[in-house]
Amino acid sequence: MSTGTIFDVRGYRRPEPGTQPPYAFPTYRSSLRRAPSKPLILLPHSLSEVTGPVFGRDAILAGDDDLTVANGGEAIGSRIIMSGRVVDEDGRPVPHAMLEIWQANAGGRYRHRMDQPHSPLDPHFNGYGRVMTDSEGRYRFKTIKPGPYPWENHFNAWRPSHIHFSLFGPAFATRLITQMYFPGDPLLPFDPIYNSIPDEHARKLLIANFDWETTIPDKANGYRFDIVLRGRNETPMESKR
Amino acid sequence: MKLIATGNQPVGPFYHIILDRMMIPDVVGPGAGPEGITIRGRILNADHAPVPDGMIETWQANVHGKYAHPADTQDKPLQEGFVGFGRVVTDGNGAFSLTTVKPGRVPGPGGEMQAPHINVSVFMPGLLQRAVTRIYFPDEPANAEDPALRLVQDSRRATLVAKDVSGGGTLLEWNVILGGEGETVFFDL
Repeated sequence: MSTGTIFDVRGYRRPEPGTQPPYAFPTYRSSLRRAPSKPLILLPHSLSEVTGPVFGRDAILAGDDDLTVANGGEAIGSRIIMSGRVVDEDGRPVPHAMLEIWQANAGGRYRHRMDQPHSPLDPHFNGYGRVMTDSEGRYRFKTIKPGPYPWENHFNAWRPSHIHFSLFGPAFATRLITQMYFPGDPLLPFDPIYNSIPDEHARKLLIANFDWETTIPDKANGYRFDIVLRGRNETPMESKR
Repeated sequence: MKLIATGNQPVGPFYHIILDRMMIPDVVGPGAGPEGITIRGRILNADHAPVPDGMIETWQANVHGKYAHPADTQDKPLQEGFVGFGRVVTDGNGAFSLTTVKPGRVPGPGGEMQAPHINVSVFMPGLLQRAVTRIYFPDEPANAEDPALRLVQDSRRATLVAKDVSGGGTLLEWNVILGGEGETVFFDL
């Protein structure tokens, strides 16, 4: 029926054991009733998994890479330059990949109707942005360092400061939503979400590095956060025929 | 060089602040015409309580069975303006609604043709990484020979197949259930 190579797609590699969180993680309470309970079914990759939505530059608007200015004024908080590279597991850059980012303000408050008023909203901070990687997989945006915030998971629970990152990458299989943390945060050892990743090395990869290279004198500290998307198998799926 | 892929983390409760920029409840855009299908459903947790803060993303081929992506080199037509991506959130009752078209068949592993299907990612606070599933179509003979459906035990296969609510195939119902009776089949991608 077919002549071809197009059906023998090269799939994406499965994650190394321990490097991804489980669905149910008891100390993260809300995970328990929102997790698949039956074993997942291993799905060989096909065109459905190695393709995915492609976003053009028109998805990015002027100012999307600067979260420190909004609604005609400047946000409160310590300025930071976030930058890094998006690569695959083989170190190959992922060019023209869209990153959606969102975060709390300097006081740890999100611009969301459901967030608790433990700290005021900042009229000049919306808390979301969007950037695209360049041809070498590099991205960069300017924001303020988000504050930690209380949550209801357990008594005196606080989320460490974090920035949410959402990427599609080149395929449905490479979809990633993660959270980036800051070095030296004393809340990290107590955070069940951060600690849901079993492997210590993999977990620490979610912590950005302070970066002199991108620090701007008198203006902003630089932090570097590299993101690694799944790499592809060396050879195509074995044919069943 | 072999790097470790970045770990997933949950979307958190406040991800809606980014979504105003990219909610896509209509995959086809204006002019879907008579081929348009509405898929509605709910996300329910393990107690079958509604999940009011969930998000569903969909990815599909066009009516010809062609993905709008460079990796799809099939000799089939692309359609101007058709991306194939949808993104909707649930309301207070855990309900969502998406308008799209039924995709054509695409090849699966080894060249076997797959039944028409929509690839789905489910996100919500509490879910440490996305849950991946598929929507198949009712009254579709190709379902019987679909390579992914064949991996699923008979008793659970129905969780992946939408129900025809309208009788004419234009209004379908498909739910995401995280545990208990009728738990949706999720795939390890």
